[in-house]
Amino acid sequence: MSTLHIKSARLIDPANHQDVVTDIVIEAGVISAIGTIPDEVQAEQTIDAEGLWLLPGLVDLSVYLREPGQENKATIAHEMQVAVQSGITTVCAMPELASSIDSSERINLIRDKAQVAKNAAQVEVIGALTAGLKGEQLSNMGSLKKSGCVAVTQGLAPFSNTNLLRNCMDYAATNELKLFYQPIEHSLLGDGCAHQGAIATRLGLPAISPSVETTAMAQMLTLVEDTHTAVHFCRLSCAKSVELLAIAKDKGLPVSADVAVHQLFLTDMDIADFNTLCNTLPPLRSSRDRDALRQGVADGVIDAICSDHQPHDIDAKLAPFQQSSSGISALETLLPLTLRLVEEGVLTLAQAIATVTHKPAEIIAKPKGSLGVGQAADFVLFNPDKSCDISLQSLQSKGKNSPFLGWWFSGGVEIVVIAGDVVYH
Amino acid sequence: MINDNSQHLTPGALPSSMQLTRDGQLKHFLNIEGLPPLLLEEILDRAEQFLDLPNKAQNKAPVLRGKTVMNLFFENSTRTRTTFELAAQRLTADVVTLDIRNSATSKGESLLDTIRNLSAMNCDMFVVRHQHSGAAHFIARYCPPHISVLNAGDGYHEHPTQAMLDMLTIRQHKKAFPPLKVGIVGDILHSRVARSQIHALTTLCTGEVRVIAPRTLIPVGIEQMGVNVYTNMEQGLDDLDVIIMLRLQKERMHGGLLPSEREYFSLYGLTEERVKLAKPDAIVMHPGPVNRGVEIDSRVADGSQSVILEQVSNGIAVRMAVMTMVMSGQAKESL
Repeated sequence: MSTLHIKSARLIDPANHQDVVTDIVIEAGVISAIGTIPDEVQAEQTIDAEGLWLLPGLVDLSVYLREPGQENKATIAHEMQVAVQSGITTVCAMPELASSIDSSERINLIRDKAQVAKNAAQVEVIGALTAGLKGEQLSNMGSLKKSGCVAVTQGLAPFSNTNLLRNCMDYAATNELKLFYQPIEHSLLGDGCAHQGAIATRLGLPAISPSVETTAMAQMLTLVEDTHTAVHFCRLSCAKSVELLAIAKDKGLPVSADVAVHQLFLTDMDIADFNTLCNTLPPLRSSRDRDALRQGVADGVIDAICSDHQPHDIDAKLAPFQQSSSGISALETLLPLTLRLVEEGVLTLAQAIATVTHKPAEIIAKPKGSLGVGQAADFVLFNPDKSCDISLQSLQSKGKNSPFLGWWFSGGVEIVVIAGDVVYH
Repeated sequence: MINDNSQHLTPGALPSSMQLTRDGQLKHFLNIEGLPPLLLEEILDRAEQFLDLPNKAQNKAPVLRGKTVMNLFFENSTRTRTTFELAAQRLTADVVTLDIRNSATSKGESLLDTIRNLSAMNCDMFVVRHQHSGAAHFIARYCPPHISVLNAGDGYHEHPTQAMLDMLTIRQHKKAFPPLKVGIVGDILHSRVARSQIHALTTLCTGEVRVIAPRTLIPVGIEQMGVNVYTNMEQGLDDLDVIIMLRLQKERMHGGLLPSEREYFSLYGLTEERVKLAKPDAIVMHPGPVNRGVEIDSRVADGSQSVILEQVSNGIAVRMAVMTMVMSGQAKESL
């Protein structure tokens, strides 16, 4: 096995409270030494990383792979290479109705596709909570667990009734699978497609009130109290949800939460011209909600930031707003936007890195997202002095549906290493 | 049709500023919001000229000779479609009306494909009605630049020609807008007519605009469009100069928004007694078709204060005015 010597990098490892300029040595895919390296160490490969940041590889809690079933939108091999180029070394694949991950065959298929791909991110699989995500019957969670699922979720799909939801919680806990819950009260959602408020009213778009999220959240928090099962809340969008979550955490309930990075930047103002690129679910909310979400991340109430990558073919967005598909192609903007929160004074650098590395890794209970001796060498060398823009030409994902086209970001990924192998340079 | 320009096919914002040419003339007519007051007045002035044409049913104004107007109705409509057809015919345009509900899109063709196919048939104007908000903007953005798009109603968003014919009717009876109190009664939540009326009335500096409805039919944030909200019919009607009744769709009973037609009429129906709460010379309007005994009493609909039939004849004149304006805006743009 090869050895790799990184010289004079600024190691930023929030999990171990490290922010120092140092050397590190990687042997057999694992970090073997950090600090001043004795001269006698002869690495097969040496990278002079002076002026570069060495960050843990990003762990993205929500990526829609689209494969199998929707290869017109994206393919696993390609998107996982794009993830690596964007500094993401581990992604969690979300099940969806068109490609529901509800059997070990499906999981193996996804794994095979990801493993065959060269220079690709590692895929962790989140299984379907109900058979076919239809919301009617428990999925085979026992075999999902054996096949290596890190969690189970109903994603954006509805449950037929609350009794089933409660049983799902108990059965998932039986199989030691964490429940990822996206709080949406579907009977309140209706045909809504935009945040309830002056803008949706002016545009004549069916509205989605904050209570679509908060009633589902309040109900789930009650069930958590009742069943003592751990629940991770996905993609929060409202100020009120942050408040509910903070209260639950104060009570000591076993809950965590994430937010999609676009919710920390965009608001319903961005759909004011029927811009379908800003059609998301949950919808872009008010600036007050956005600010509360930012504060929630800063306070640690919201644990993690994810991309919620949803690549689409361009036709899916070339339609009247209500008919267009929701979702943003977001792998390539996860790290730049998260770091922009530092520039804007919302988070410290350590906080920002933590929300996309060891904190999401803790949620899926994987020893990733940190860079201690003995840990897997998944990391990113990041050049803070570069700058890059997001354009149709620069976007590598098969999904070109990004509302951040034309945005400039400082910094850029230079080198990515997974398990000691340089997978992007 | 071959894509002449791939950038043309990029999704993104559909700004309503695209309805004006660089020198501020009307190129498309998509929404009232954001249009300058002078332009709204120009539409009204032109419409009045068409109303004054002697023997107007027979005499034609050959303004659009050689032009082809295509009516694209993705949603059911009789009255609006007919007035657009008549308006185009009186301007001597060739008119084609397509009832698209039952053809292309139901076979799975996307709106974009439908529009590209129809664009290839060499027409000059699309009149579009669609069940989704922003559809007219979408079509204006992605059809070839020589085609003007008139919005004949998009989802719950806007119905600008309807609002302008209502403004014409009000102006004929009330002269100036600033002293007026205007109330719009009914299903504001699902009404594109109400939204266009509100924008038109506020742009023309109307003294007060009220919306009157139960809370289940009032969209959140409507106050920010410059209206006062009333949930009590009697209080809302007090001292009005203009009462605009909206049509109540029967499906609202099933959606859990209202209990029954009877209860709606008892709380919000416009009766002779309630008309008396407004000013003695108040006018009563309705975009049609009227649900007698649901939102309005027959005696009021047919009464002396009703101007409902005038609205219909004004509809043709306003649509003629808008058609001539977009065609001259289009001609200038292509110079």
